[in-house]
Amino acid sequence: MEHEKRRALLRKLQEVDFVLVELNLYLDTHPSDLDALDQYNHCALEREAIRSEYEERYGPLMHFGHSSNRYPCGWNEGPWPWEI
Amino acid sequence: MKKRKPNPYRDQYRVWYPFHSPDDPCPPIAKQYVVPPNQFLGFQPPNLPQFSKHEALIKGTLWPIFYSPYPPKKWRDKDGT
Amino acid sequence: MWIYEKKLQYPVKVSQCNPHLAKLLIEQYGGADGELAAALRYLNQRYTIPDKVKGLLTDIGTEEFAHLEMIATMVYKLTKDATKEQIKAAGLEEHYVNHDLSLFYQSAAGNPFTATYIQSKGDPIADLYEDIAAEEKARATYQWLIDLSDDPDINDSLKFLREREIVHSQRFREAVELLKEYQGQKKFF
Ligand SMILES: [Fe+2]
Repeated sequence: MEHEKRRALLRKLQEVDFVLVELNLYLDTHPSDLDALDQYNHCALEREAIRSEYEERYGPLMHFGHSSNRYPCGWNEGPWPWEI
Repeated sequence: MKKRKPNPYRDQYRVWYPFHSPDDPCPPIAKQYVVPPNQFLGFQPPNLPQFSKHEALIKGTLWPIFYSPYPPKKWRDKDGT
Repeated sequence: MWIYEKKLQYPVKVSQCNPHLAKLLIEQYGGADGELAAALRYLNQRYTIPDKVKGLLTDIGTEEFAHLEMIATMVYKLTKDATKEQIKAAGLEEHYVNHDLSLFYQSAAGNPFTATYIQSKGDPIADLYEDIAAEEKARATYQWLIDLSDDPDINDSLKFLREREIVHSQRFREAVELLKEYQGQKKFF
């Protein structure tokens, strides 16, 4: 089902983004931990790949030029995160 | 059962019993509270073990040492763990 | 500047339409230790905090907005298709006569959000201890919400949010340690 497929891909993005949030907060208080920096930068590349796959299928995730927009299935179309 | 030394990262719940007066209207309930792991670690040391990405999102933290379960009340009441 | 990303930080699912639970959850939307208060507290403090801690306050403040959106999603989903009978049974009539089913920044007891929920002393140690306390209070609120909710899907999301408060508190404790150091003040000695 398309809804399930979309949710699974979104979850993959949420997983890698969560690791990025955690590493980001950690690096805020441990700015010189090179291993953590490495892992952060590695995860950032990984999230970029998942992001572009998601946006190709389901439309832009971000506004103000941080994702490329299109028609149809553009930025202004739902469902919105609180509706899915 | 032999009593093991509690590990604050694993045994996060504490139990206490307020004075129960024979005139109290309700049967006594043991009181319990949680002491989360952030009270013990101090400044996080580098290279601590991590959850997998999948597990981290479910648990709400990347590092198992910070994980604090919050099971249903009836399980917490039993022995404070 | 902030950029919106069209996704929740953590999935929010709701088992059943339950406007009464929404009424309780609003505590974390517009209550004293809620996510709005948290976001505004940190993002306000960051302007005057020493440089070492500006990034942390910015990042945790931003994450709190993601949590606010999760709570809003729960409240929205729990009330969206509620019938008039369910609204009455849930004790949401007072809310309904003023707001229909729109969300409002208020506590579970109906007190409107106020800036007095936020402290801002300008003293870095005082502010960070306030932040640590705020995180522990938010964690406690999530515990009491989980105790009262019997929606397993909502509880799953609430446990995620509870755990985030523990990590935030940890980072604020580390920020206090950073501020104790003399490092970076060499030129004064
Ligand atoms: Fe928080």
